Amino acid sequence: MARYDNVLDTIGNTPLVEISELSPNPRARVLIKLEGLNPGGSVKDRAAKSMIEEAEKNGNLRPGQRILESSSGNTAAGLAMIARVKGYPFTVVVPENVSLERMKLLQVFGAEIINSPAAEGSNGAMRRAQALAREHPDWWFSYQYGNPANPKAHYEGTGPEIWRDCPEVTHFVAGLGTAGTIIGVGSFLKERNPAVSVWAVQPPAGETVEGLKSLDEGFIPPVFSDNDGYSLLDRSRVVGPRDSIEWVRRLADVGIFAGISTGAAMAGVARCASEIDEGTIVTVSPDGGWKYLSTDVWTGDLDDVADRARHELYF
Amino acid sequence: MTVEVRVPNILRPNAGGEASVKAEGETVGEVFEDLVGKYPGLRGSLLTPEGEMHRHLNVFVNDDDVRYLGKLDAKVGEGDVVTLMPAVAGG
Repeated sequence: MARYDNVLDTIGNTPLVEISELSPNPRARVLIKLEGLNPGGSVKDRAAKSMIEEAEKNGNLRPGQRILESSSGNTAAGLAMIARVKGYPFTVVVPENVSLERMKLLQVFGAEIINSPAAEGSNGAMRRAQALAREHPDWWFSYQYGNPANPKAHYEGTGPEIWRDCPEVTHFVAGLGTAGTIIGVGSFLKERNPAVSVWAVQPPAGETVEGLKSLDEGFIPPVFSDNDGYSLLDRSRVVGPRDSIEWVRRLADVGIFAGISTGAAMAGVARCASEIDEGTIVTVSPDGGWKYLSTDVWTGDLDDVADRARHELYF
Repeated sequence: MTVEVRVPNILRPNAGGEASVKAEGETVGEVFEDLVGKYPGLRGSLLTPEGEMHRHLNVFVNDDDVRYLGKLDAKVGEGDVVTLMPAVAGG
């Protein structure tokens, strides 16, 4: 279908593209789902729409009520876009070290932006939003890290789309942020075929801003723990900025212009491909490269860019 | 086997203030025993009273989570890097 009643109806049903030419193992096929093609520019449109519509349905979100969230950018963009369309005011806490484009995008949709300290990362932004939610009980806090409508968007959308388009999938590899994608898609695929292996990729924690204590505080999203994420996963690996950026550049060889977390996912895919004998690996590209152009990811010296990426949030 | 253990900030006060320490062992469990021998203050952060790996501690051998490689029985090789890491959130 190419004609829609409303931009929100264009969320989801993203293309799944074969990129096996990038696989280090000729017997391991690789397919990537391009979530950057959602109208708000990322996979987070799915969670944003699901959280808002679920809250409208159960009466937690009323017409004109202010929406509150913390986000390193993509969830914020999705919520800002949908809030604007549906007429809700929106306040978002964003760590000050996200890329310039992410901040600008939020301004496009008229979000009220509150910056939290770079040193405190995504966890600091979340704590600030939790404090704001306590101060303003009349606002609706979508709380993506603990909202069941977040993984539900992937259980009912992303997962079934992958199964429809690629029932031969043997491995699913995805980044771990709120854990919404991996929990929703992973649970759905394993229900359909328990032999599907689910691999998580995460950024290095303490390294992001070396020497700053607050980042060492552990936080496990309720979306992950409430759904017994540790049992769902079959493998979990850390991927650093340098590997991620190398893979983002390699993706350009097959015409895919993606954000840095896609590079991290691809680094995970490459390791998966080299460890298995044969199979079909599916991964998710959370967003396109547009929001990272100012960071010289494609054009700068690899060491310089990797070093800068340690100080910038990209998941 | 000698491995390098990377210690997060939050655990450094219990590891002589070091960001990286050397330890010996053939498995993650043996590396932990060696570490706890040198830095007894680390025991409570690494192991439960029953001697199991702490559920909310992430341990990586060369960036691979040992939870899926046999936990304390996960093998380590000469020169491997064992990273102790708390959970992290994005979004």
